Amino acid sequence: MSLSKMDNLYRQVILDHSENPHHHGELPQSTNEIELKNPTCGDVLKLQLEVEDGIIKDAAFSGYGCTISQASASMMTDAVINKKVEDADNMVQVFSDMIIGEDVDTHVLEDAAVLQGVSKFPARIKCATLAWKALHKSLTNQSK
Amino acid sequence: MDKNNIWRKDFPILDQKVNDEDLVYLDNAATTQKPKEVMSKVVNFYYSDYANVHRGVHTLAERSTEQFEAAREKVRKFINANSAKEIIFTKGATNSLNLVAQSYGEENIHEGDEIVISYMEHHSNLVPWQQLALEKKATLKYIELTKDGRLDMEDAEKKITDKTKIVSITQASNVLGVINPVKQLAKMAHAHHAVMVVDGAQSIPNMPVDVNDLDCDFLAFSGHKMMAESGIGVLYGKQELLEQMPPVEFGGEMIEFVNKFDSSWNELPWKFEAGTPNIAGAISLGYAIDYLESVGLDNIQKNTQTIVDHVLPKLLAIDDLIVYGPQDPVDHTGVISFNLKGLHPHDLATGLDMEGVAVRAGHHCAQPLMTYLGLKATARASFYLYNTIDDADRLVEAIKATKEFFKNVTI
Repeated sequence: MSLSKMDNLYRQVILDHSENPHHHGELPQSTNEIELKNPTCGDVLKLQLEVEDGIIKDAAFSGYGCTISQASASMMTDAVINKKVEDADNMVQVFSDMIIGEDVDTHVLEDAAVLQGVSKFPARIKCATLAWKALHKSLTNQSK
Repeated sequence: MDKNNIWRKDFPILDQKVNDEDLVYLDNAATTQKPKEVMSKVVNFYYSDYANVHRGVHTLAERSTEQFEAAREKVRKFINANSAKEIIFTKGATNSLNLVAQSYGEENIHEGDEIVISYMEHHSNLVPWQQLALEKKATLKYIELTKDGRLDMEDAEKKITDKTKIVSITQASNVLGVINPVKQLAKMAHAHHAVMVVDGAQSIPNMPVDVNDLDCDFLAFSGHKMMAESGIGVLYGKQELLEQMPPVEFGGEMIEFVNKFDSSWNELPWKFEAGTPNIAGAISLGYAIDYLESVGLDNIQKNTQTIVDHVLPKLLAIDDLIVYGPQDPVDHTGVISFNLKGLHPHDLATGLDMEGVAVRAGHHCAQPLMTYLGLKATARASFYLYNTIDDADRLVEAIKATKEFFKNVTI
């Protein structure tokens, strides 16, 4: 049965993050905020950051999306809290390379490294990258 | 494969494995596959007769022009228009609807006028009117839907008023699988001196459409949804309206005579066909119509109806599967939208793809409809002439298997 191939996509840790996402909700106060939409599916992701002295003190996301996009946002927020802004932005690059199948060292991504399996499912790459794109845009002042 | 389906063999693309499973192509509302016969005729055209149209005196130009215009005549006959002057080749239904908005709409819509559409319109029959209304300070009104996803005709009576100048409605929904009574709507529009625009993108490939019988003023459709190439479509318009409408694109082919500071326009339909058209695309549309007629639209409807009669009860019987639109197979087109409770349609569609079953997932270019129904997105299966009962059963099995895969997950 071909569905077994999905095991690489829907790893247990991904399902866990999607079912019980970390940092899901709204921050009481945020310094950076952005809402990104995936026009092909109508998914919406709102990301809030609290950045102080060049460090991401807190992060939260809300919105609506599939298993992959929700898990990715959950893992991303986990990974970037207490990171320097430039280190977090570098993680976006690592994630983007990983997701298109490039051979990169993914240990900085923590749990999110498990999303490597998405690279075998081209139609789902956008789902996985939405949260990271939001992070990059909000860190580079492309947010409101 | 199903031995009863005599057309399937005409579509080589269907004979392949996807993710190690026999392909079941159920994304026909997005685009249809192409018959071998149509494609080889297009290739032959390129290999023997191709040149630019309407310009040369040489033999190939003459042959090319003749075949291009013969395709137009096939379209005219197919929809029973009175004259080939009423058949304008466009890029597709979207382009056709934009042309009406930018030409007829630009001339005839003024502040305070009303444009009436419905909640089940595709973005292509919504955004052009929305933008026109914004520009002209006109009002865009939406006809409500009934609980089972049909057009609320009582509401239509209320929404179409003497202020209404344009009524634009899809003949068949790309999400809900319903056919709308556009003939009745045309009567209502005309009673208030409004024009009736019909979006035929989903209906034309599946059912006989007669513009004289419908008495619509405009009809838009796309070639790629009826087995022709992509990038070709049609705008039908009543001649007396098209005659009065200004062109929206300027350049070659559409002119009669160009002076230094002014120009005059070519006659219909070329007035609206600036530049070198999609020659081979138009010719492919002509051949696709030949193919459709050889199969018979009634046979296409019968095949779809047999499948929907078979599959709809099976889908409704799956626990946690929600089917949108009419639940009665009698009034259903080959389009069925659904969601598995607790699972995003993208995850469902990936599961089905792993089982070789190609469906669409998303908002289907109908975001106002999704909002109206309180949804974000759905999965959608759409059947066509080459689909079989086996295909339908494969869909049902794949949904069950995907449900099983995610059974311990609630999202």
